[in-house]
Amino acid sequence: MTDSKYFTTTKKGEIFELKAELNSDKKEKKKEAVKKVIASMTVGKDVSALFPDVVNCMQTDNLELKKLVYLYLMNYAKSQPDMAIMAVNTFVKDCEDPNPLIRALAVRTMGCIRVDKITEYLCEPLRKCLKDEDPYVRKTAAVCVAKLHDINAQLVEDQGFLDTLKDLISDSNPMVVANAVAALSEIAESHPNSNLLDLNPQTINKLLTALNECTEWGQIFILDCLANYMPRDDRESQSICERVTPRLSHANSAVVLSAVKVLMKFMEMLPKDLDYYGTLLKKLAPPLVTLLSAEPELQYVALRNINLIVQKRPEILKHEMKVFFVKYNDPIYVKLEKLDIMIRLASQANIAQVLAELKEYATEVDVDFVRKAVRAIGRCAIKVEQSAERCVSTLLDLIQTKVNYVVQEAIVVIKDIFRKYPNKYESVIATLCENLDSLDEPEARAAMIWIVGEYAERIDNADELLESFLEGFHDESTQVQLQLLTAIVKLFLKKPTETQELVQQVLSLATQDSDNPDLRDRGYIYWRLLSTDPVAAKEVVLAEKPLISEETDLIEPTLLEELICHIGTLASVYHKPPSAFVEGSRGVQHKRIPARAGSGESAESSDVGQSGPSEAPPAVIPSQGDLLGDLLNLDLAPPTATVPSVQPSMQMGAMDLLGGGLDSLLGGDIGGSPSMGAGLGVAPAAMPTALGIAPAVGGVGMPTGSYVAPKTVWLPAMKAKGLEISGTFARRGGIIQMDLTLTNKAMSVMTDFAIQFNRNSFGLAPAGPLQVLTPLSPNQTIDVSLPLSTSGPVMKMEPLNNLQVAVKNNIDVFYFSCQYPLSLIFVEDGKMERQVFLATWKDIPNDNEAQFQIKDIHLNSDAASNKLQGSNIFTIAKRTVEGQDMLYQSVKLTNGIWVLAEMRIQTGNPNYTLSIKCRAPEVCQFVFLCYELVLKN
Amino acid sequence: MIGGLFIYNHKGEVLISRVYRDDIGRNAVDAFRVNVIHARQQVRSPVTNIARTSFFHVKRSNIWLAAVTKQNVNAAMVFEFLYKMCDVMTAYFGKISEENIKNNFVLIYELLDEILDFGYPQNSETGALKTFITQQGIKGQHQTKEEQSQITSQVTGQIGWRREGIKYRRNELFLDVLESVNLLMSPQGQVLSAHVSGRVVMKSYLSGMPECKFGMNDKIVIDKQGKGGTTDEPGKSELGGSGKQSIAIDDCTFHQCVRLSKFDSERSISFIPPDGEYELMRYRTTKDIILPFRVIPLVREVGRTKLEVKVVIKSNFKPSLLAQKIEVRIPTPLNTSGVQVICMKGKAKYKASENAIVWKIKRMAGMKESQISAEIELLPTNDKKKWARPPISMNFEVPFAPSGLKVRYLKVFESKLNYSDHDVIKWVRYIGRSGIYETRC
Repeated sequence: MTDSKYFTTTKKGEIFELKAELNSDKKEKKKEAVKKVIASMTVGKDVSALFPDVVNCMQTDNLELKKLVYLYLMNYAKSQPDMAIMAVNTFVKDCEDPNPLIRALAVRTMGCIRVDKITEYLCEPLRKCLKDEDPYVRKTAAVCVAKLHDINAQLVEDQGFLDTLKDLISDSNPMVVANAVAALSEIAESHPNSNLLDLNPQTINKLLTALNECTEWGQIFILDCLANYMPRDDRESQSICERVTPRLSHANSAVVLSAVKVLMKFMEMLPKDLDYYGTLLKKLAPPLVTLLSAEPELQYVALRNINLIVQKRPEILKHEMKVFFVKYNDPIYVKLEKLDIMIRLASQANIAQVLAELKEYATEVDVDFVRKAVRAIGRCAIKVEQSAERCVSTLLDLIQTKVNYVVQEAIVVIKDIFRKYPNKYESVIATLCENLDSLDEPEARAAMIWIVGEYAERIDNADELLESFLEGFHDESTQVQLQLLTAIVKLFLKKPTETQELVQQVLSLATQDSDNPDLRDRGYIYWRLLSTDPVAAKEVVLAEKPLISEETDLIEPTLLEELICHIGTLASVYHKPPSAFVEGSRGVQHKRIPARAGSGESAESSDVGQSGPSEAPPAVIPSQGDLLGDLLNLDLAPPTATVPSVQPSMQMGAMDLLGGGLDSLLGGDIGGSPSMGAGLGVAPAAMPTALGIAPAVGGVGMPTGSYVAPKTVWLPAMKAKGLEISGTFARRGGIIQMDLTLTNKAMSVMTDFAIQFNRNSFGLAPAGPLQVLTPLSPNQTIDVSLPLSTSGPVMKMEPLNNLQVAVKNNIDVFYFSCQYPLSLIFVEDGKMERQVFLATWKDIPNDNEAQFQIKDIHLNSDAASNKLQGSNIFTIAKRTVEGQDMLYQSVKLTNGIWVLAEMRIQTGNPNYTLSIKCRAPEVCQFVFLCYELVLKN
Repeated sequence: MIGGLFIYNHKGEVLISRVYRDDIGRNAVDAFRVNVIHARQQVRSPVTNIARTSFFHVKRSNIWLAAVTKQNVNAAMVFEFLYKMCDVMTAYFGKISEENIKNNFVLIYELLDEILDFGYPQNSETGALKTFITQQGIKGQHQTKEEQSQITSQVTGQIGWRREGIKYRRNELFLDVLESVNLLMSPQGQVLSAHVSGRVVMKSYLSGMPECKFGMNDKIVIDKQGKGGTTDEPGKSELGGSGKQSIAIDDCTFHQCVRLSKFDSERSISFIPPDGEYELMRYRTTKDIILPFRVIPLVREVGRTKLEVKVVIKSNFKPSLLAQKIEVRIPTPLNTSGVQVICMKGKAKYKASENAIVWKIKRMAGMKESQISAEIELLPTNDKKKWARPPISMNFEVPFAPSGLKVRYLKVFESKLNYSDHDVIKWVRYIGRSGIYETRC
C-alpha cells in the first residue's frame, strides 16, 4: 500500500465526500480519510471546514491516527478557537496515560495549539508532566514551557513554570537538562534584563557535566548557552575552556563551531602570556580546517565564520593559506568565500602563491567569481606593498584578454592602486585609455574618469576624453556624473586655458539641467569656489587625498566583536547583527566579549552594547582624513598663530596601540610634557641652540658611521609650483638630521621658507627653523640640514615610519610625505646588559617574534656587527654553534622601546636569518629593513 | 529556532510542510518556491533571506529540503539537522525521491514530530527511532510497561544511538580504513603539498551493549607508551618491525558515540557502537605520507609545432601489493593536431575533447615502473601566450593506507553476555585512493 494516492484527489465535492468518510464507522476508512485530509493540507488546500469531523477521530487508541489528528489540530486550531476547546479533554486525559510516549505526545501537541482559551486548561497537565517520572516526558514538557511562554508569557510567570524549568537544569537526565537550557535561553532572550538564566559556577558545572553525556543537539544548546556566561576571572575562564576543548573533535560541525565560539570568547579573558593561551590558539586551527571537508552548505557556514575569526585573530590560521585554495568542483558560494579569506591571509610570505592562484581564477567561467578574483588581485597590491608591481602587471595581462567584465573590474581596482601608490604606475594609463569605449558599467566608467581627471596633466587629450563622456551626461548614473563633474573641474584647474568652455558646460549641466540634488549642490560649490577664489578651489579640489587603508572591507571592530559572540548562527553567516534581520525584541540584545583580566574594566559592568577590551584593533586611530585636515589648517607663519587642538584622549589611543597596553613603552613623558600642547607650532625659542648647526657644513665632517641613503625627490617641482625638494635622513653622533636640497625651478625668486611636520609615530619635529637665509633665485639649488628632535607630538602613522611634511614659501604651502629609516631613532646607549637581554628575550611572548631573511650579504659576522654598530645596533654576545654564528643584538628607540634580535650567519651562506622580538611587534618589519639597508651598503 | 520545514519536488510543489512556529506562515512556502526553486539559477548561497525570513536549503537528487526561520538560529545546526533528516529518511525508506516521499508522507510527519520539537532538534538516531516509530500504529498499545520505559530511557539516555537487546548468533565487525591521498609535486620531484584525508568506517554486528576500544598507531599514544615501557624493554618499539611505527595525526573528529573527554585526556578511543554501518572517525595527516606513485615528466618543445612528452610512473610500495584502476592524464595544448603514443603497459589514447592523453593501466605491482612517450603535433598559431602546462594528474587505488595508519586493535567487552573479545570475528581492510594527485610538468 502506498500513500502517494492521497495526493491525487482533486475532484469536486471532495470535502463532502471526506466528511462522510471521516464519520464512517470503519476504523480503516476513517484513517484513510484523515490521511487524505493531511495530504490536502500539505499541498495548501483549505480543509478547515472538516474541523469537527477530524477532531471527532481524536478519541482513538490508534497512535498513528492520533498523531495525524494532532497534526491537523495544530494547523487549524487557531482558525477555529471555539471548536478547539473540544480537544482539551482528550489532552488532559492523555496526559494521564500510562504510556509515557502518549503522555509526551499530548504535552508536545497541546503546546502547539495556539489558542488563548485553551492555554489555561493546559497548566495543570503541564505542571504534572514537568515532574513526570519518565525523562522522555520531562524533556518534552521543558520545551512546552517555551511554547506556552510564546503564547502567554504572563501566564507562564504567574504559574511558576520558570522556576520549575530552572530546577530541571539539575535533572539527572542530560537530555532534560539540554532541553531546559534551550527553553530558558529562548525565554531569556525576550526578557533581556531578567536574571532568568542565572548562571553561576554551580550551574555552569552542571551544564559542563551534561555536555559530556547528551545528544549532539543537546551539546549545541548547552554550548550556545555557555557562550552567554561571563566568567568571574581568568581562572574560571580557563577551566571552562579546558572542559569545552574536547568538543572540537566532534563529528557534528555545529558542535565544533559552538565550541569555537565559547573558546574565542573566553580566550579574551586569559592573559596573553599564559602558556595555556598559546596552547588554545594552536588547538583551534585543526578543527577549523577540518570543517572545510564537510558538505558544501556547512563549508559555507564555516567559511563565513572563519572570515570573522581571521579578522579577529589572524594568527590562528596564518599558516593555513593552502586549504583555502579553490577546488574546481566547489559550489560558487564556497569559491567566493574562500577567495575572501585568501586575501585576508595574504602576506608577504605567501603572496607569490596567492597571486598565481588568483590569476588562474581570473580565467574561470563564473562571472562573479572572475570579477572577485580580479578585485582580489588589486586588494593584494594594496595590502602587500612588495607585490604591487607584480599585481599591476598581472592586471595588465588580464586587460589584454579584452574580456569585457575583466577589463572593467581591472580598471576599478587599478584606480585604488593609484590611490594607494600615487605617482608610481602612471605608465599604464595609456593602456587603460585604449579600453575606454568598452566600459559600460558605471563603476568602471567612474573609475576611468577619476583616473583621467587625476592625471589630466599627463594625458594629452584628457579634455577630449572627458568631453566624449559629456555627450551623454544625462544618461549616465549619478556616480559617473559626479565623477565627471569633479574630473573636469580638476582638469580645468590644471590646464585652465584650454578647458574653460568644457568646465562651463559641465557646471551648467550639473546645476541647471539636473534634478539630482547631490549633483546640483556639488556643481554649485565648484562654481562658487572657482568664481570667488581659484587658489582656494585648487587647494580643495586638488588637495592631497587621504591614503586608502590596507583592507577596505574589514568589519567594524564593535560589530566584529558582536559577531564573534554569534559564531555559528545566522548573524555570523550574514555578517549582520541579529537586530538587522530579526523582528521584535528577540536578539536585539548586543552580546559582547568579556574583558581581559586586569584591563581595568570590570567584567560585570552591565552597559550593554559598549564593547569591551581596550586592545581594540586599529580603529582608534583618527582617520587619515583628519590628519590631512590638521595639516591644511596649519598656519605656518611663526610663531604659533593657530595651534590645532591636540586631544589627549586621541594621543592615548594611539599610544595604546603601539604599546599593546604596555603604557611604558612609548615614553611616559609624552602625556605629561608641557610642550605637547604647543605641538605642531614649535616656536623658534624652544629650539635647543646647541643643535643649530651651520647648514652649509651639514653634510660633511660629521662623525659618520651610520649609513645615509642618497637623496630622493620628495616633492617634484610640478606639484609645488616650481619648488623641488629632495632629501634624506641621517643620524650623526646622536643628532638626527634631515638633509634637504631645495631647487627653484620656477621663474621667480622664492623666499620665506618654513617647515613643519605633522604628528608622527616617534614624535619627530624640527628642532629649529629651516635655515634658508638668502632668497632662492630661479635655477638655484641650496642644501640645508635641519636638526630634528623627538619630542614632538606622537601619533601612530601608517606605515609606521611615515612623515608628513609641510613646506611653506612666499608662494604657497606644499605638502609631501616621506619615510625615514627606523635607524634614525636608534639611540647610542642601546647596548643591553647580557643578563637583562636574556630575561627580556624570554619575557616577550613568542607571538611577537618575527623572522626575516637577509639575502646576499657577503660579510663575516664581525664585519657585519661592526657595520651594524655604526647604526646603533649593538652586538651583545656572539656564539658559534656548528659553523653557525649567532649574534645577539639590541637596539633602543628614542621612545624607550627595546628591540632584541638574533642573527644567524652560516659560513658560506650569503643569506642571514634574523629573528626580531619586541614588545611592540609593529616595529620589527622596519628594524629588519634597517638591517638590510645597513648591511647592503 | 527552526520555524518550519518544507520538502519540495523539482517543480516546486510542496510534498511535506510542517510549521513549528507562529511566525512562519503559508506564504513562506510560496516565497521559497518563487525565489529559489523557480529562479532556476545556480544556487548562489545555501541560505537565502526573503522578506526577513531565512531559508536554509539542501538538495538531494531533485528534492529540495528547506528549513525556515525568522530568528537568529544556529546555522550550522540547521544544516547538520537537514543532513540528519536525509539520513533518517534514507534509513527508513531508501532513496530520497518524490515517489518515496509521497509514499511515506505520514511516516515523515511522524518523524518530524519526533525529531524536531518547537524547532529544537531532538534525538535523531535511527537506531533509537526505529524502536517506537514503526508505522504499525497500534504497537504502542501492546507494549508492556517495561518495554515502554526502555524505549523512553533509550531515547533520552546517554546511548541514544543504540537500542538494547540486540542479538546476533555470530558477533562480527568490519573495519574499513578509507583514505584519499592528495599531492602536488614539482617537475623536479619536490613535494609542494601533500595530505591524506581518511575515514574509519565500521560495520558492527554485535550483541548487547558492547564496550569497544579502538587503537591505532597514533604517534602521541605510541610515544606515551614508549616512555612508560622503556624501563622494561628499552627500544622495543624501534625494533618491532620495518616501516613506520607511528603516524602524526593533524586532526580528527569522531562519531558522537566516542567519549570525547576521554580522548582529550588519555587519547584513547572508547565507545559503544551503533548497530550496523557508521563512520567512526575522520582524520587528516600531512606528515610522512607514503606516496604510492611518483610521476616523472619530461616535456620537450621541438620547434614550434611539435612537443615530445615522456612520462615515467614508478610504484612505490611493497612488491607483493597490487595497485588498481590506474589512470594518468597528460594534458595537451589546445592547438594539438595529432598525437602518437607508445606505452609499455596498459592502453593510452589521445582524447581531443578533453585536451589530454589518457593512459590506463588495470593493475600494477609495487616497485615497478612504466613509461609512456608521445609526440604531439601542433598547429601553428599566432597566439603569443605560452601554453600554461597544466599538471599531470593521476588516479589509482591501492590496498594500504598511504598515511601509514594501522589499526592496532579493536577490543570488544560485553560483560553481561557470554561472549568475549576472542569470539568476535574482526575484519580490517585498507583502501587508499587518489584525491587530487598532480605533478607539474
